[in-house]
Amino acid sequence: MEKSKRFGLLSVAIVILALGLIIGKGFNYGIDFAGGTLIQVQYEGKAPIAKVRDAIGTDKAYQGATVTFFGGEDEVVIKTKISSKNLGEDIGDKIRVLLKDTGKFEVRRVDMVGAKVGSELREQGIMSMLLAIIGILIYVSFRFEWRFAVAAVFALVHDVTIAMGMIVLFSIEVNLDILAALLTILGYSLNDTIIVFDRIREGIRTIKNPDLGGIIDESVSRTLSRTTLTSLTTFFVVLTLFLSGGEIIHGFSFTLLVGVIVGTYSSIFVASPILMWLGFSVGGFREKEATKLKREKEKEKMRAMYENGTI
Amino acid sequence: MKTLNFRVILFAFALIFGIVFSIPSLTQSDEGKKITLGLDLQGGLHMLLGIQSEVAIESRIKSMAGTIKYLFDDEEIIFDDLRMLEGEKITFELLDEDDVTKATALLKKEIEGTILSANGLKFSLMMSDEETERTKKNAIGQAVDTIRNRLNEFGLAEPTVAKQGEDKILVEVPGIKTQADEQRIRELIARAAHLQLMAVDEDRIARVDSMSTAEAKSFGNVILTDVNTPQKYLLKAIPVLDGSMLTDATVGFDENNQPVINFTLNGQGAKIFGDFTGKYVGKRMAVVLDNKVYSAPNINERIGGGRVQISGRFQLSEAHDLAIALRSGALLAPVYVMEKRSVGPSLGADSIRSSSLALMLGFVLVVIFMVVYYGMAGLVANVALIGNLFLILAIMSLFGATLTLPGMAGIVLTVGMAVDANVIINERIRELLHQGKSIGKSIEDGYSNAFTAIWDANVTTLIAATVLYVYGTGAIKGFALTMSIGILASMITAIVGTHGIYQWILPHIDKNRLNFWFGIKTEGKK
Repeated sequence: MEKSKRFGLLSVAIVILALGLIIGKGFNYGIDFAGGTLIQVQYEGKAPIAKVRDAIGTDKAYQGATVTFFGGEDEVVIKTKISSKNLGEDIGDKIRVLLKDTGKFEVRRVDMVGAKVGSELREQGIMSMLLAIIGILIYVSFRFEWRFAVAAVFALVHDVTIAMGMIVLFSIEVNLDILAALLTILGYSLNDTIIVFDRIREGIRTIKNPDLGGIIDESVSRTLSRTTLTSLTTFFVVLTLFLSGGEIIHGFSFTLLVGVIVGTYSSIFVASPILMWLGFSVGGFREKEATKLKREKEKEKMRAMYENGTI
Repeated sequence: MKTLNFRVILFAFALIFGIVFSIPSLTQSDEGKKITLGLDLQGGLHMLLGIQSEVAIESRIKSMAGTIKYLFDDEEIIFDDLRMLEGEKITFELLDEDDVTKATALLKKEIEGTILSANGLKFSLMMSDEETERTKKNAIGQAVDTIRNRLNEFGLAEPTVAKQGEDKILVEVPGIKTQADEQRIRELIARAAHLQLMAVDEDRIARVDSMSTAEAKSFGNVILTDVNTPQKYLLKAIPVLDGSMLTDATVGFDENNQPVINFTLNGQGAKIFGDFTGKYVGKRMAVVLDNKVYSAPNINERIGGGRVQISGRFQLSEAHDLAIALRSGALLAPVYVMEKRSVGPSLGADSIRSSSLALMLGFVLVVIFMVVYYGMAGLVANVALIGNLFLILAIMSLFGATLTLPGMAGIVLTVGMAVDANVIINERIRELLHQGKSIGKSIEDGYSNAFTAIWDANVTTLIAATVLYVYGTGAIKGFALTMSIGILASMITAIVGTHGIYQWILPHIDKNRLNFWFGIKTEGKK
């Protein structure tokens, strides 16, 4: 617990840094949120990227388009802010015509999102984040106490902000999948925090010493092996997803990777200290829990009787 | 000695259920319910279309004007100056005061959902608000049906066409092989297929090249161009009849062996067409499709029977698609693309390969890790994990759910998180064993101690997943779905299932070999 101040400062510093990045540099919105067209082209052999750029540049409409390698060297992705409402005239078709002299290729993906849909998706994305947080806040308040809920949400915001900061730092394109990854981090980080909180709740009931700091220390260290183990297994699978899941889910798995690390850190070092700063009182909680516990014990007794009867 | 208990029986059932119902999906057999692959995995075209419903309203008014003209002519009511104003209002003037009652009654009876107002002999007709709303609703419903019919007639496997939200249409077409096919499908969907037969204004057509649109409008005319040449036509804006009176359209060939489209009119259409051609012998009539003039033949004689031909130097495939579009009806309002995603089949196959690889690798890593760390307890957790995977597949198969690339990621993630429950339980059991409790007691207490934590953690994750499902679109829904199913399935396999297995094998657990059973280093114990 005595180290919590240092970690607290570290967290605050990183969060501020992340916020600075998000506000200063801003998200690199992909076509899902900004609107535009993305065309993925695979060549037989190495893609002639310079030729592709030249060929596309010949049409004035596409002069702002970017061409980058995608995954390996045989694939390129062409991105433009233009989108077309016309069903018959597709931007993919036009690009295909422009590229016809650049070699043997196959257009593997054409994604086009209109600007209106993009902004709608962005609104929906922010809404879903807020809704998820509110839902969690309500549930945790109901199962624990409001201070637990606030502490948990602080930890969540901490994790998501840092993950967003990393997304900005590494210029990862923000599309729908990144949103999904952020929401998963929300769920995952909460998972970790709840496990620790559950131990604290239990500690309050069973540990004699009413010093909250001591209870937190004890609970965190008791759940430490579980936290590390689960984080490790999750880290393994996310890492395999990152390394071999294919280019399309690269951004998604990267975000998760950051989330798993930050989520583990925050559940150990961030969530519990906040509980203390919020002035959580062990005595008050015990009183409240005492009545609850009585009911639960009775239930348990009944269940034990029932089980003994059946087995 | 304890024998089989209800938990292990439940787990066995879940496992058998899981294996049996995931077989059709795993073997990709034709029989039984199986998981549908999302368009991002099997390739295909996904589109979100918007609709210009104001056009539907305009054309509704236009056809009302046509009906008024026909009714008045038929009842010999003399009128003048019939026009449409800004696509929302029809005005006309009656010349004979005696006709007012007859005309008002006729309009009330024949044209519904309108408000008729009069100023002396000048009348104006407007659509009521309810009728406007209904027309809009109708336009989107009709567009969904029409597009679905067109795609079905085109002969594609299982296209999805559904209304999304208030005014959007979702179109999903799996299994498109080539770019040319995709383009044809897009054109088929986009085709308004709005057929009109229009009279040529023979008195003024000579001046058409110098005439402005506004001037043409002042005569109640419209200027349209030929489909193949820049030639302009001056046509009466109110059509003689339109495609709504068409009953069938087929591809045929003319005397030069050029593809043509033959279509048949219904009874009312045939009568109008017969009357018109009878009255205007020697003049021209234009066949107009989507505001392009396809032909403007001379009327040589009265044409009965309601059979009309469109020739326009078609390609055969074009004529074929056009006939489908005409048969399935016109789109009341044009559609436009709001979002379009098309994935080639080879990319889909690549995605399946790489995500399956990730799933396999992640799975193997977790399985090895658990056994190394927990010994037999890890093995028990792994059995639950396998059961969990089968259950996810089985549940998805039964509901015919769609598996997308993010959905695969969801399953991979579930593998990492599903063992979490077992990690928590095993840690608890170890703790109790360290305290010197008996094995049976440690297991029972371990489960009950761990339960609240697992429950709360799972419920909160489910909350996040539910929000994702409700607010997410397309592929994201797939991720939320597999994750939710994974969490629910893990409750059965990781909590109930493993508990049952322990109770079952409890008599065989040797308390002197805790390292083997729970990965506990007994030697180092105080």
